[in-house]
Amino acid sequence: MKKLIEIKNLSVRYDDHLVLKNVNLSIDEFDFLGVIGPNGGGKSTLVKAIMKIIKPSEGEILYHIPFSKVGYLPQINQIDHRFPIKVIDVVRSGKADILTRNPFKKNKEEIRQAEELLEDMGIANLKDKSIGGLSGGQLQRVFLCRSLIKNPSLLVLDEPDAFVDNRFESLLYEQLKKLNKKMAILLISHDIGTIAFYVKNIACVNVNVFYHQGNKISQEQLDDYDCPLKLISHGKIPHTVLKFHE
Amino acid sequence: MSALINLFSYQFFQNSFLAAIFAAISCGIIGTYIVSRRIVFLSGGITHASFGGIGIGYFLGINPMIGAAVFAIFSALGIQFFTNNGKIRQDSSIAIWWSLGMAIGIIFIYITPGYAPDLMSYLFGNILAVTGTEISLMFSLCILIILCFIFFYRIILYIAFNEEYAKTSGLPVSFINYLMMVIIALTVVLNIRVVGIILILSLLTLPQATANILTNDFKSMIFLSVLFALVGSLSGLMMSYYANIPSGASIIFILVVIFGIMKLYSGLSRRYNHLL
Ligand SMILES: Nc1ncnc2c1ncn2[C@@H]1O[C@H](COP(=O)(O)OP(=O)(O)OP(=O)(O)O)[C@@H](O)[C@H]1O
Ligand SMILES: [Mg+2]
Repeated sequence: MKKLIEIKNLSVRYDDHLVLKNVNLSIDEFDFLGVIGPNGGGKSTLVKAIMKIIKPSEGEILYHIPFSKVGYLPQINQIDHRFPIKVIDVVRSGKADILTRNPFKKNKEEIRQAEELLEDMGIANLKDKSIGGLSGGQLQRVFLCRSLIKNPSLLVLDEPDAFVDNRFESLLYEQLKKLNKKMAILLISHDIGTIAFYVKNIACVNVNVFYHQGNKISQEQLDDYDCPLKLISHGKIPHTVLKFHE
Repeated sequence: MSALINLFSYQFFQNSFLAAIFAAISCGIIGTYIVSRRIVFLSGGITHASFGGIGIGYFLGINPMIGAAVFAIFSALGIQFFTNNGKIRQDSSIAIWWSLGMAIGIIFIYITPGYAPDLMSYLFGNILAVTGTEISLMFSLCILIILCFIFFYRIILYIAFNEEYAKTSGLPVSFINYLMMVIIALTVVLNIRVVGIILILSLLTLPQATANILTNDFKSMIFLSVLFALVGSLSGLMMSYYANIPSGASIIFILVVIFGIMKLYSGLSRRYNHLL
């Protein structure tokens, strides 16, 4: 199996606060890795290190694919929802080649791609709306389109299911399953129960990172991984809630 | 009408007419960036820091505008630098530059012997006294801003919208941030003569607020802001000339009136839409 990226002995600190400690993890071609962990466990930090937004304090990340082939959807709370920008421009901002092209040429191909992606997500009608008028779930779909427009080989998603209603959630996961035939996916989510249906492997992030082969995980294993999440059986579908810290 | 045409035969009036146009263009465009990025407070910091340069200019007997430019650019770069690297919160850092600039300005104006000519025009603007040199500088600034926004439009937009994401697409985030900071500083300083330190922030935010009633798109907001700023600065100029009041006050007064009318209009049309 071809490795797309390899994280080696990675540690990340904010000032003196150690957020990730000695992480080793690799993502294979066509992997579908579900990343879980408590709030503040370091999931977003791990992803930001992969996206080169923050510098590791120690260790390194090796990329076996061009970095421009890594698509990214940031956690939604990091975005200014009232910024005056149109949906189509948000999607187009995902193109990585903007520095090298002629700013005066109207980019028909790019516009067509963006429209196609919006169509796929069922929000073609929002194309010329500004993002201020969108719901959380619609916004998530826009950001998913933005991460896809560069045809990534690895798609990194930080809680794409936050603020999404049930119907779109299942739609989203079906979509991801389809995309997974073409690309590897790293997905952060708080909904272990649901993602367990879709992911191939699981990583538990809570300062340390534990890689769990396969998509079936038990409460004992979560406790072993020092990952304070609770699996609750709720009818057939297991749901998870966060355990309170003492 | 002929009185108006007569006015244009005066050099000083031609100058202030051009100043009004250039102020509207630079403030309309840069103000849109400032409002969209929510860095109004930061721009206020740069503006007030430049007062320190005006004080030192008086003290040393050089053109206070040169002092203001130096102070504005250094405070702009300083704020950006500390935001990137420092452990100080950005708003605290801005407040420090803001008050430091004001303090230095007041100290130096106070210890300069004699009285400070034109001090009022720096505080409240005097568009009728703008010189030819200042006009050429304002014109160059407009050209610089327009070129930046033509060549880097999408890059500026993407970085302003989502800086972290822009980093992942390999955009020159740091370079554009510093460039825009310098341009904000220059915009502030070169428009001090038109509306004054106290009121420049309004010229950078009021036309945008009015534009924002009508549109929620960056590019349309730029054009509409320039338009509203033009209406405000030109009619403010006339008001300043005929009523003999500081141009800053008259321009801002008119901008507020335009804002009020637009707000009222959009409110009414929303409410009574079904009746039309
Ligand atoms: N820019 C920052 N400066 C300082 N500390 C930070 C910064 N960003 C995150 N942290 C801290 O790092 C820790 C990990 O944060 P991170 O956002 O990675 O958690 P997470 O697992 O994504 O949480 P959530 O489930 O809430 O999204 C937290 O304790 C947080 O307070
Ligand atoms: Mg997070």
